[in-house]
Amino acid sequence: MTNVQKNRLKDQLFKFWGIACTLIGLVLLVIFIGGILIDGLSRIDWAFITDLPSRKAEKSGIWTPLMGSVWILVLTAIISFPISVAAGVYLEEYAKKNRLSALLEINISNLAGVPSIIYGLLGLEVFVRIMNLGASVLAGALTLSLLILPIIIVATREAIKAVPGSIRDASYALGASKWQTIWNQVLPASSGGILTGVILALSRAVGEAAPLIIVGALAYVPFAPQGPLDQFSVLPIQIFNWISRPQQGFIDNAAAAIIILLLITFIMNGIAVYFRNKWQKKLQ
Amino acid sequence: MRKIREFIIEKTLLSSALITVAVTVGIILVLAVEAFSFFREVSIFDFFTDTEWTPLFTKKHYGILPLLTGTLLTTFIAISVALPIGLSISIYLSEYAPRSFRKTIKPLLELLAAVPTVVYGFFALVVVTPFLQQFIPSLSGFNSLSAGIVMGIMIIPFVSSLSEDALFAVPKALREASYGMGATRLQTAFKVVVPAASSGIIVSIILAISRAIGETMIVAIAAGQQPRLTLDPTVPVETITAYIVQVSLGDVQHGSLEYKTIFAAGITLFALTFLLNTLSFQIRKKFRQKYD
Repeated sequence: MTNVQKNRLKDQLFKFWGIACTLIGLVLLVIFIGGILIDGLSRIDWAFITDLPSRKAEKSGIWTPLMGSVWILVLTAIISFPISVAAGVYLEEYAKKNRLSALLEINISNLAGVPSIIYGLLGLEVFVRIMNLGASVLAGALTLSLLILPIIIVATREAIKAVPGSIRDASYALGASKWQTIWNQVLPASSGGILTGVILALSRAVGEAAPLIIVGALAYVPFAPQGPLDQFSVLPIQIFNWISRPQQGFIDNAAAAIIILLLITFIMNGIAVYFRNKWQKKLQ
Repeated sequence: MRKIREFIIEKTLLSSALITVAVTVGIILVLAVEAFSFFREVSIFDFFTDTEWTPLFTKKHYGILPLLTGTLLTTFIAISVALPIGLSISIYLSEYAPRSFRKTIKPLLELLAAVPTVVYGFFALVVVTPFLQQFIPSLSGFNSLSAGIVMGIMIIPFVSSLSEDALFAVPKALREASYGMGATRLQTAFKVVVPAASSGIIVSIILAISRAIGETMIVAIAAGQQPRLTLDPTVPVETITAYIVQVSLGDVQHGSLEYKTIFAAGITLFALTFLLNTLSFQIRKKFRQKYD
């Protein structure tokens, strides 16, 4: 074999290696999820969704953690959305190139890299102890809101950046003020991108267990929360609790609950992708 | 009137942005205050040199080393999985793959990172460990090997996506010069494109390491809860994050020394990830200047 042939062979070999690498993660994920479907699908029925937790695996349902997750999702959205979009608008539209904006920039990129469990410690000390909210849904939602703040801020900035300058110029030319331009032109034009970021961030919040365990969310709650100051559990914590038990019945329960959790996560991701595609077409 | 309104709005927006600074200050303050009162009872020297971590036993030891090695061991295994695979993916997608394939596969890869980590923990404990036990009979039910491997699969998109962006940003002219010299795609990729994108690739690796160090649920579920100073991947270990979860699940009195240990462990974790994140930010800043 000549040198040229050798190099071409290596080139071809790497191509196949690259395809194999690209697919291996996805193939493993499909195998994993397939296994979970086999374990858990037979366990899912209406009673599994609406039953309260129980000491017996066959009688346990996910009603309380499911409602806990819904509460967390709604409260987190209400708290984090206005703050992070406002912060994103400020950084993109108002911030001048000075030391303050450089500091904000470094800070947000750093916050995005702080492990979620550290937010749990912050929430435990500030919301649970100092503000005396206890291990409530509100304390959990506040903690998760801080966790997803940097994600939504970054998404908001990207979305605002994508709005063409001509739209702004036209608005100013008609005599609109800076805020009128942002409120009436820039935000509507970037809403698709912002929405995508918000949904992706919320789908991350729904899957989080660690910070909520630290804040004090319980593995066993007898009733679904009625108000923001009630105790709660969420799906990932219920799954964690069931995994840690030795009996096969609970492992099947965990698999069934995972199917529900994955369904929620994938639907949210799907909605986000849909909004992004629609928005990108509109911008062009 | 309009000026006042605009002014108020600007300041409201600014205060929202300043909340992010308050979060950072809050994290550092909370960790520092609790850790400080911890170190009034336990000497810093013992904390870093004692080889045992047993705050929940009657005979108490407060050496962070076992938790640190547990964390670094799982991280090392995860990176050994994610780095070669993630890097190969990024090179394949940026240098070989057709545009349409690239466009479909990227969101699918991102899905790997969207799966909740508690689900990965389930995979590690219920699927991967029994599978590996067929080949390694001495493998414990809880071990750092399967936790690390599964964590590696999870962080593949962190490495591949950022690296691919870096590779893709390398100017076309460099590639064409290399092809013109008769180099193959493989030679061009490894001798021209990868070196040119090296800083971006390094950033992606650092961020992946930082992510693996802070990962909680996978290791809490599958790696065990036995702090021990070992590099053996087949036995149960405990990571910093898993310890914090373990204490939080139990009934620990606020203000007790046990309670403060999670903040001492937390500040160690925060310091590690903060260093890595700052490092990556600095490299990224330099990298941007290079291409502008």
